[in-house]
Amino acid sequence: MKPYKDIAHLFDDLGIRHGASLSFHHHLRNGDAVQNLVLDEVKRRNLKALDLYPSAVFPVHTTLLSLLKAGHIKRLTTNYLNGPVADYFATHGTPDMLRMQSHGGRARAIIEGDNAIDVAFIAAPAVDREGNATGLEGPAACGSLGYAMEDVKHASTVVLITDTLVDRLDGAQIIGADVDHVLLVNSIGDATGILSGTLSLTRDPIGVKIARTAMRLLDALDVVNDGFSFQSGAGGISLRVVDMLHEKMKRDHIRASFFSGGITAYHVTMLESGLVETLYDVQCFDLEAVASLKRNANHIAISADRYANPRNDARVIATLDCVILGATEIDTDFNVNVTTDSHNTIIGGSGGHSDTAEDAGLSIIVTPLIKGRIPVIKDRVTTITTPGSTIDVLITERGVAVNPARSDIQTRLDKAGFSTTSITDLMRTAHALCGVPATTARQVNPVGFVESRHGKRLDTLYTKE
Amino acid sequence: MKTIVVGSLESSDCLITLQPADKTTIDIESVVYDAYGKRIRHVIERVLSAHQLTRVHVRCQDKGALDYAIEARLETAIKRHKEVNHGA
Repeated sequence: MKPYKDIAHLFDDLGIRHGASLSFHHHLRNGDAVQNLVLDEVKRRNLKALDLYPSAVFPVHTTLLSLLKAGHIKRLTTNYLNGPVADYFATHGTPDMLRMQSHGGRARAIIEGDNAIDVAFIAAPAVDREGNATGLEGPAACGSLGYAMEDVKHASTVVLITDTLVDRLDGAQIIGADVDHVLLVNSIGDATGILSGTLSLTRDPIGVKIARTAMRLLDALDVVNDGFSFQSGAGGISLRVVDMLHEKMKRDHIRASFFSGGITAYHVTMLESGLVETLYDVQCFDLEAVASLKRNANHIAISADRYANPRNDARVIATLDCVILGATEIDTDFNVNVTTDSHNTIIGGSGGHSDTAEDAGLSIIVTPLIKGRIPVIKDRVTTITTPGSTIDVLITERGVAVNPARSDIQTRLDKAGFSTTSITDLMRTAHALCGVPATTARQVNPVGFVESRHGKRLDTLYTKE
Repeated sequence: MKTIVVGSLESSDCLITLQPADKTTIDIESVVYDAYGKRIRHVIERVLSAHQLTRVHVRCQDKGALDYAIEARLETAIKRHKEVNHGA
């Protein structure tokens, strides 16, 4: 496969026109250079009415912002977005312009043809002569390419964009047979930019208290046993739970079957000390995870389909015992919002939140009851990211509430002498401390919607107040 | 007449600046102004009136402090104001 060196020639040959649907993955996160590089060419050609499918959008994606401002984007479908592009939608969006999916939902939608992609532009850290590619080699090695795998299989045209051509690759993640073209560029980005989240254990006493309570709850429900499986978000409290889990497993000689999702150095340490059999890695959250994927045979890169597609019976999270997740808001029906704040500002999105909450045997939300005076529990969340019917337990520093739909969990906690309260009482406790907040954002002008992993409209996004 | 500054701009705290003035004025800047601005004003007015203080300018830069924290910061500011500006 002779690589292109000029993106203009590639666009000429592909005949990319107005209205094209283009996709990108976000494994380089805020270090990604590929989306800007491609959209710069789109901009030079003055292409309009574009239908874009980046798996996530970060502040680095400035060309997308200028295309939005110029009115050249018809619709954006993504799983997560923050920064200036998110702010643009929340201030200037028009109805149905933004469609937010989950990681598993995006995989489902691509496979079922619901997300119909003309050209997938895949940032590929290293590519060989046959068009095989890996995320493990090259200066911008980002590890797992999980979120790109359905694009590679189902887009009409697949273009790998790389800065590293090698003769031969063993154990490629993408096989050349699925690839149409290769574009060679100077740099696909900066892998250190994958550390764009806040990936450290919380030291905040409130956070530590919540993590300890989570551990007591896991004990009361007898979750941590040989062969159990576990996933957590990458928030500070979740990672503190991972750290406490590590201590417990070491002390009690317990070995987990697998950890899944976004993988960090904390998970790698547990793999390498034999506390967990397998890491199923859809996305590396730090460079230690990238290095581990390369050296550990039982650290396995998986596609978003295998991770979380609700139509794939063999998905990893179908057998997940427990997931620990965060919340920006939660309401008295246990609906969780991690997409917007209470002013309709878009601050993120589901990612795997709604996928894992639905599939895991036990889904736990960990959050401080109050964040900067604002009570986290609302009568109704600003935006539903994850339906309350899929959330089992809420843990705060001032008490634990079990979803009334999970009377089995409530009974087991009662028997174990683990004290709980109701989510309404927790909200009242917060109001007693903070006062009842005066306003909630008005929801008047729609700019998009949240789609469930099954493809149904879950909630509407509105301009910010 | 000296300006008194009490508190901090850390999350969940507030910075109170108290200055002698011809009449009472209150400026509030808060990260939770929409939700709690009125309540913060009410707390400040209540503390000022309990001390029968009528000729001060109060500036409250709030980072999400709870009522009792705002009250405590303001109490301290008033105590210092009385010591410094009126002799203890």
